[in-house]
Amino acid sequence: MLARVLVPREARRGEVIQIRISIRHPMETGFRYDNSGRVIPKNVINSLVCRYNGVAIFRAEMGSGIAANPQLQFYTVAQASGEFVFEWVDDAGQRGAERAVITVTG
Amino acid sequence: MHLRLSAVLFFFFLVSPVSAAEPKRPSPLKSGAEFASADIRAMQTDDFANPGMLWVARGETLWREPAGNSGKSCASCHRDARDSMKGVAARYPAIDPGAARLVNLEGRINTCRSRQQQAEPLQYESEELLALSAYVAHQSRSMPLKVVIDMQNRRNFERGRDFYYRRLGQMNLSCAQCHERNWGRRLLNETISQGHGNAYPIYRLEWQNMGSLHRRFRSCLHGVRAEMLPAGHPDYIDLELFLAWRAQGLPIETPGVRR
Repeated sequence: MLARVLVPREARRGEVIQIRISIRHPMETGFRYDNSGRVIPKNVINSLVCRYNGVAIFRAEMGSGIAANPQLQFYTVAQASGEFVFEWVDDAGQRGAERAVITVTG
Repeated sequence: MHLRLSAVLFFFFLVSPVSAAEPKRPSPLKSGAEFASADIRAMQTDDFANPGMLWVARGETLWREPAGNSGKSCASCHRDARDSMKGVAARYPAIDPGAARLVNLEGRINTCRSRQQQAEPLQYESEELLALSAYVAHQSRSMPLKVVIDMQNRRNFERGRDFYYRRLGQMNLSCAQCHERNWGRRLLNETISQGHGNAYPIYRLEWQNMGSLHRRFRSCLHGVRAEMLPAGHPDYIDLELFLAWRAQGLPIETPGVRR
């Protein structure tokens, strides 16, 4: 699954940093029908987690009210150099992951 | 000297018979973004919030991926798209010298695929074609549209113009009735735009997806309850040429965001 993440490349220790992620996903609601009248099964990214050096700092549970190609934005405090790892899974069981590296100074 | 020349030209245009259907460009030219709400404009300008950038990112990957029997990627010939594709979208649709017909950007990508890469052409409106055309057009962002109407594409231009002014469908409306005579006015909750193609392919919130200009044409034709031609139809490409002429000078915004 294609995704883009935006994490500052560098930050000072203790600085509040913005984290953004945008994922290509249809977020099928389960309320729509195809051309032959069959229900298109619900398929949304139901959970996403972001870990900062192994510690879960952000978790989201999403439902059918979230638009396609969801985008999440949150803040955290830069503590140490390392890696942000994003992992998510949709109703069809498809998993996605994306990572970003940060260098923390001071 | 210059003054005299312009005086002569002015006189020439004054007395030359003006054809009844000779179209005018809207004045002032306004991109569709100017009719959109502040939220949507902000979404388009922010390169991260703009969902269309997901397709641009996909296009960048596809650009370097080998395809077809030749094993060549787009980058094998065109190298870095940031240099080689700069300004290309501003000149399209253009005549393809090999086939002597008018092609748009999507058509050009598919011609490259079949001629150079020996690959299957991509389906119109497929993820891949939307991604590649968005990526290529994105390289011309903020450059003004500039198509030249000459001997070679004059016929296409005229056909496109006639399409634009032809009343169609059960509503008996032409493109001009909304986008030329009534732009800036309200149609229910929507402000009618001037109908330019300078931001395509666009991410449209109603579609929850990326879509080409031809998809937009089909939506419009559906709106006036006319027969919808398939995407990629030559009549649409002629219309695209006319629209590019009409939007001459407007900067490319790809990927645009619209409601």
